[in-house]
Amino acid sequence: MKIEDQKLRNIGISAHIDSGKTTLTERILYYTKRIHAIHDVKGKDGVGATMDSMELEKERGITIASAATYCEWKGHEINIIDTPGHVDFTIEVERSLRVLDGAILVLCSVGGVQSQSITVDRQMKRYKVPCIAFINKCDRSGANPLRVIGQLRTKLGHNAVAMQLPIGLENEAEGVIDLVSMKALYFDGDSGENVREAEIPQNLLDEAKAKREELIDAASLFSDELTDAILNEREITSELIYAAVRKGTLAREITPVYMGSAYKNKGIQPLLDGVNYLLPCPSEIENVAMDMSNNEETVVLDSDPEKPIVALVFKLEDGQYGQLTYIRVYQGTLAKGSIIVNIRNGKKVKVGRVVRMHAEQMEDVEYLKAGYIGALFGIECSSGDTFTSPEINLTMISMYVPKPVISLAIVPKDNKSQLAMAKALNRFSKEDPTFKTFVDPETTDTIIEGMGELHLDIYVERMRREYGADVTTGKPRVAYRETITQRADFNYTHKKQTGGAGQFGRIAGYLEPISDAEFIFENKIFGGAIPTQYISACEKGFKQSMAKGPKLEFPITGVKVVINDGASHAVDSSDMAFQACARGAFKEAYLRAKPVIHEPIMKVVVESPVEFQGPVMGLLNQRRGMIIGSQDEDVMCVIEAQVPLAEMFGFSTILRSATQGKAQFTMEFAIYRQVPQSIAEKIALEAAENKKSAA
Amino acid sequence: MIKKEMIYRNPLVNLGYENEDILSNGGFGAVLAYAGVGKTALLVQVALNAMLREQPVLHVSLNDAVSKVDVWYQELFHNIAENSGVVEVSEYWDKIQPYRFIMTFKVDGFSAPRLEERLIDLLQQNIFKPHTVIIDGFKFDDAGRGQLVQLKELAQKYLMSVWFTVHTHRHEPPQENGLPLSFLHVADLFDVIVQLAAKGDEVYIKSLKGKSTDLTQNSLRLDPATMLVKNGK
Repeated sequence: MKIEDQKLRNIGISAHIDSGKTTLTERILYYTKRIHAIHDVKGKDGVGATMDSMELEKERGITIASAATYCEWKGHEINIIDTPGHVDFTIEVERSLRVLDGAILVLCSVGGVQSQSITVDRQMKRYKVPCIAFINKCDRSGANPLRVIGQLRTKLGHNAVAMQLPIGLENEAEGVIDLVSMKALYFDGDSGENVREAEIPQNLLDEAKAKREELIDAASLFSDELTDAILNEREITSELIYAAVRKGTLAREITPVYMGSAYKNKGIQPLLDGVNYLLPCPSEIENVAMDMSNNEETVVLDSDPEKPIVALVFKLEDGQYGQLTYIRVYQGTLAKGSIIVNIRNGKKVKVGRVVRMHAEQMEDVEYLKAGYIGALFGIECSSGDTFTSPEINLTMISMYVPKPVISLAIVPKDNKSQLAMAKALNRFSKEDPTFKTFVDPETTDTIIEGMGELHLDIYVERMRREYGADVTTGKPRVAYRETITQRADFNYTHKKQTGGAGQFGRIAGYLEPISDAEFIFENKIFGGAIPTQYISACEKGFKQSMAKGPKLEFPITGVKVVINDGASHAVDSSDMAFQACARGAFKEAYLRAKPVIHEPIMKVVVESPVEFQGPVMGLLNQRRGMIIGSQDEDVMCVIEAQVPLAEMFGFSTILRSATQGKAQFTMEFAIYRQVPQSIAEKIALEAAENKKSAA
Repeated sequence: MIKKEMIYRNPLVNLGYENEDILSNGGFGAVLAYAGVGKTALLVQVALNAMLREQPVLHVSLNDAVSKVDVWYQELFHNIAENSGVVEVSEYWDKIQPYRFIMTFKVDGFSAPRLEERLIDLLQQNIFKPHTVIIDGFKFDDAGRGQLVQLKELAQKYLMSVWFTVHTHRHEPPQENGLPLSFLHVADLFDVIVQLAAKGDEVYIKSLKGKSTDLTQNSLRLDPATMLVKNGK
């Protein structure tokens, strides 16, 4: 490959919705000559920005699924992942952050650090992504980039330092002062493509000098050489400053701040210089994988292109020519014709076409070296899969996939929709391991399952938009489970003699609760009371019973079945007879084992201004929530609670109206817990009604 | 079983403090120790003891995040439950967890009026009414006596007892009564003061103030995993 690793950047652009990420990306692509015209997000020309390739994104002016693209700037190759800014799509954000080495945190110069910026920032911290900040929309009325720098310090705890100062704000935004070179930069031409260097306007000179001092002060903490130069009053060169700021940025101990207006074509080229100077190249970031042959022990990957391949699939897309698999190579070289193994299922595949993406357009390449991002054609896999060379067994992400907690019935309106729906469901379940789909054998409805109400909403919407599948949805259903709370014995005889071959079997034993497994079967029969060939039929019969509780029909978990006696008949006993006998025995003992219902409990985290802390806690409390605690963070507070999923439907609307729209929340599955008696009765009633209406 | 075990091996009761509550409403208690000896763990154990008796505990942390404080409780509870042979640990934990509420503040942002504001939120919504309050990370050296007097008034007003962790320093030799100089100006506000000390791998607890006059040992050896008295009385 023509460019070395040191000149490669894999970056993401993360921010609050509507702070202008997609516009910024569009301008970057324009100045790096990847596109030749600028389209706006909600463009009147009906084309839409280049990165927003999904129909729904273009219409709403938001980015849902991150598209990957690359460009070149002053000899550096930059891969950009345009990450979604809306809180509902955080799975996508987190998945993109996994493949990034650095990020640009975009902030609005009017709105400042908004709640979503806090979420995005927390995600970046979790994945230790070094970042530089860009304060956008300096042309808007009320713009105040210095206030936003203050918020970066107080609200996000960043050691933010200005790399630039604005020359004029709002309507008078003209350009920026580069505090490293101490030059004024103006952006001439129709689309701001010509950067003109000039002397700093006299009225801003003193402020610029003071801010440069601050920058050098902050940077000197990371470079002895710079400190030395300051103390000995030697010339402080741009290289010295950049090297020090870079060191701090990579350690996430300093956040350099750039500013401008993407919409008005101001300040983008210096930001790209900043990406080149300050963000890391792939080999500067430590990436780890888990060794599946060694108890998921962590292994540090080496960006050496000669080593065995380790690559992560981070996105799938349906293109004109079939499935396009976005992949990042962490180790080795992924070339046309390489044999790679999908660690999830052990399948070996041969790499066919390898391309590099520019939103919807592509360019064929021979190989992708460690650190590079590209896409493969014709590879059957799911998002999040790891591919490696056959000789190693490493995975980039944990194989643990939480079970879905909510389900929804979907019904296509017509035949055409039915086909489209099937295609869409197939794609979504490959893209997202937490999204599942199946057909309910009783109602023949198609059921989709996922991790929350919003999670499913997005997929239903995408089904309509992208695949043209017109579907109606039923009421969301919580995935309740049943379990037993005490031991119960059984001694059941199955006997049938109604013409034809008879059926006979007797099984005795007991059921008891277990907490660390879903189902355990133990055979304690001695002396052949039940012949060995029927034992597996017994196990099968008990296992079948676990699929649906006899009373409420929820799946059963946490049961240990022990059989210790029984009887058979030389002629009438069969596999079928013992399966039926096991089902009967289970039914007999189950109700005596005091079954209870368990419900999914969600960990709910609400971020709210302090003045709404009381009402927010009240809302959670009303929903059977148990508040774990509250964290005071100056003007904002974070309330953490555990709330049953069944009580969380429509919570976002209620929260918004109770807090004047100033609070936001995130929700994830925490545990299954027993439903209180009064609620259990209600659920039992509902289940009975559903059964009636199904009949 | 676990309840019995905790009462039987409760270090404070074993030291000779009169009843299980140790502090009365409006009372102040302090646990003194160097960093890392187990102040928080001891108070979490005091809190667990109250929670098992269905008495609500408000844990105020000025250092740690909610999740970290929660881990303290879970770990300690699991250790104690394991030692006392409880099988259904998570069910038991689910039962007592509602008796605990964690609040965290930044040290600078914490004050008696602020705590009262938060308390009123909880009381008005009928969410939580604390019986015992644990304040972990309070800076005794910086805070004047006034701040503590205000907290005492608050404790009396809302009928709560309050336990504090007090971080002592190695460079500060104790006075005759065993108390560090930086704590003397507020010591009279406290009804009970105990001190933790580490010797090798072992932790000892010693009463400095408030013990009933009768018998029992002056110093006890604790199990560092559970902060309960080692091998019973």
